[in-house]
Amino acid sequence: MKEQETLEQRLGEQGVSRRAFLKFCAALATMMALPPSSASAIAAALAKAKRPSVIWLSFQECTGCTESLTRSHSPTLESLIFDMISLDYHHTLQAASGHAAEQARDEAMKAFYGKYLLLVDGSIPLKDGGVYSTIAGRTNLDMLEEAAKGAAAIVAVGSCAAFGGLPNAQPNPTGAVAVSDIVKDRPIVNISGCPPIPAVITGVLAHYLTFGELPALDELGRPKAFYGETIHDRCYRRPFYDQGKFAKTFDDEGARNGWCLYELGCKGPTTHNACATTKWNGGTSFPIESGHGCIGCSEPKFWDAGSFYTPLSAPAADVATVAQVSMVAGAGAAVAMGALDRVKKQKLQQSREKLTVEDLKGD
Amino acid sequence: MSLQDIHIKVADAHSVGNVEAILNEIATRLDDFVNTSETGLIDLKSLPFSTDEYERLRAMLGRGEVTARLNSIGESEIYETHFPGVWWVTHYNVEGDIVADLIEIASVPAILQSQWEDVRTGLGRLRQTLTSVRGEPVEP
Amino acid sequence: MDAQELLIWVRGAGLQIAAAVFVLGMSYRMLHLLLIGRKKSLAEARGSEWAGGLRTMWQRSFVLPKLSPRGRFTVVAGYLFHLGFFVTLFFLSQHIALFRAVFGFGWPALPRGVIDIAAVLSLGAMVALLAHRLVDPVKRLLSDYQDYLTWALSFLPLLTGFMLLREIAFEYVTLLTLHIASVELLLIAAPFTKLAHMFSTFISRWYNGAVMGFKGIRT
Repeated sequence: MKEQETLEQRLGEQGVSRRAFLKFCAALATMMALPPSSASAIAAALAKAKRPSVIWLSFQECTGCTESLTRSHSPTLESLIFDMISLDYHHTLQAASGHAAEQARDEAMKAFYGKYLLLVDGSIPLKDGGVYSTIAGRTNLDMLEEAAKGAAAIVAVGSCAAFGGLPNAQPNPTGAVAVSDIVKDRPIVNISGCPPIPAVITGVLAHYLTFGELPALDELGRPKAFYGETIHDRCYRRPFYDQGKFAKTFDDEGARNGWCLYELGCKGPTTHNACATTKWNGGTSFPIESGHGCIGCSEPKFWDAGSFYTPLSAPAADVATVAQVSMVAGAGAAVAMGALDRVKKQKLQQSREKLTVEDLKGD
Repeated sequence: MSLQDIHIKVADAHSVGNVEAILNEIATRLDDFVNTSETGLIDLKSLPFSTDEYERLRAMLGRGEVTARLNSIGESEIYETHFPGVWWVTHYNVEGDIVADLIEIASVPAILQSQWEDVRTGLGRLRQTLTSVRGEPVEP
Repeated sequence: MDAQELLIWVRGAGLQIAAAVFVLGMSYRMLHLLLIGRKKSLAEARGSEWAGGLRTMWQRSFVLPKLSPRGRFTVVAGYLFHLGFFVTLFFLSQHIALFRAVFGFGWPALPRGVIDIAAVLSLGAMVALLAHRLVDPVKRLLSDYQDYLTWALSFLPLLTGFMLLREIAFEYVTLLTLHIASVELLLIAAPFTKLAHMFSTFISRWYNGAVMGFKGIRT
């Protein structure tokens, strides 16, 4: 653990030129969505930055977030960022296993108490004492609470850690919750997405390294630089939405012409993420560019928001059946009331006294 | 069926309206540069472009006299556009993906200038080379 | 509850509640209305009930009567509002997608430009009608709280819908939630207020005409 070494020293040792470093900082500024002129400020700050210890805990998750990060599109820049942190525990990536792995975590937590960065992916099950997910015989809840105590900040990676994600979807059999539902006294940044964009994960890490603090966050704890706008706002198909030109099926004329996918269930208008500009697979494309609507994976409860293929303007639940039942009930009630009216009328007619000439004669 | 029987439909050039916006931005920055010699940078990756719009911007800016290639953690292509002082800087990683795509307003892009740290280490190396050529110790 | 959960609720449970109240209330009121029926007239018919009924339905809906300036304003603005409301409701592409999802079939949409004009005219007519209702002493005297309530309930969906398509003032999530919620309020209130005329108006027009037609009176 060479945590005392600055990045500049490390890069020098590796024979990385200053020019390469500047190029790296330009890429970082782009990645962090900062003004490009900040590259020199980043360079100055990073040169002096020390490597922070990072502990990565994986709970109820599918390892998709780690896959996303390790398949990051810029391996060299990527490895440079990873060189800048000291990843002391990550049970998928680390070489050690079993007791040795758990020991590494304990040691890092002790040595850098109050200073380490805690990364979490996956949700935490609370039902039945949290027995549904355990590591080395300890529940996720127990492990998170212990690790959170000494963390300088927590990064919730992926929608499961950030909002509960898939495990939290109805009927939530394990009682899964997000990190922020458990930890209340530590700064938390949510990097949502299923999986999150790798550049966003590394961008937040780089921001923390550069400025020593977490970036500005929105009301859901997500970095504004990446989640400040909706997919819809930055979508290249937006002009078609404004013109009311929609693809109706995945293979019609509209779909071939690249029209808006709103009516095929695109959740772009209600989804905040950077896919439309950062893109995926080395900047190749993003879902809408390959002809499929956004499924809204970086928003809370996206699994419970109805079908991925139901337009936002259509109901997220079965309304047709409700309407049919209601119509029958309404008609039944009307018939019953009508019958009641008839009975009342007959009774009134029967009880009515007939008017005679004598009655009219009265004084 | 021959090749002519396959109808190819050319999609309309759909504008997100960013080409004009960027050209305006470049003009403003260039004006600043002329008057105050303040350099400027525009990040092209943060803007939504359709593919044809991106190509349109490239075509409208054109190519000037200077093209440079940088080989450092992947390639970088730097060229002056048809408008002197307006440079197009594209950084690639080793796999050839674009990691930064910038328009730089300057007489020479910062990345092309020799860096003092590199110059200093370079001087050290040169002296070492001289030493080995002459076979005598380096002056401190 | 965050913005997304709120949206999920109004698109799900909220909409189910609103639809249930609307359909149950409306089917009950309309059928009950019809079941009350009429006493059989023992008089000899001097004309056709059907001819009179249909003619009145047609005349009151599509023929502009000779009116005073005040009456003319009310009728023209009223038509403009109803027409605009009808066009935006049934011919905006996003709404047709909703009907297709619920009923299983749809129809071609009108271009966005037409919808925009219809919505603006409708909104303008509503504002003018409200102003007239407040300024004109006779109309003001005739108005009760329900007239203002139903005005607001009809105005809000149009306004929030218009704002939603342009993302005015709020984020899309917020505007969509407000738009759907305003429609749900309209649906819930409709069976129990003057808004029930959306179904009963043609029944009553036919009825008025039929009564007169039976007596041989041209209306």
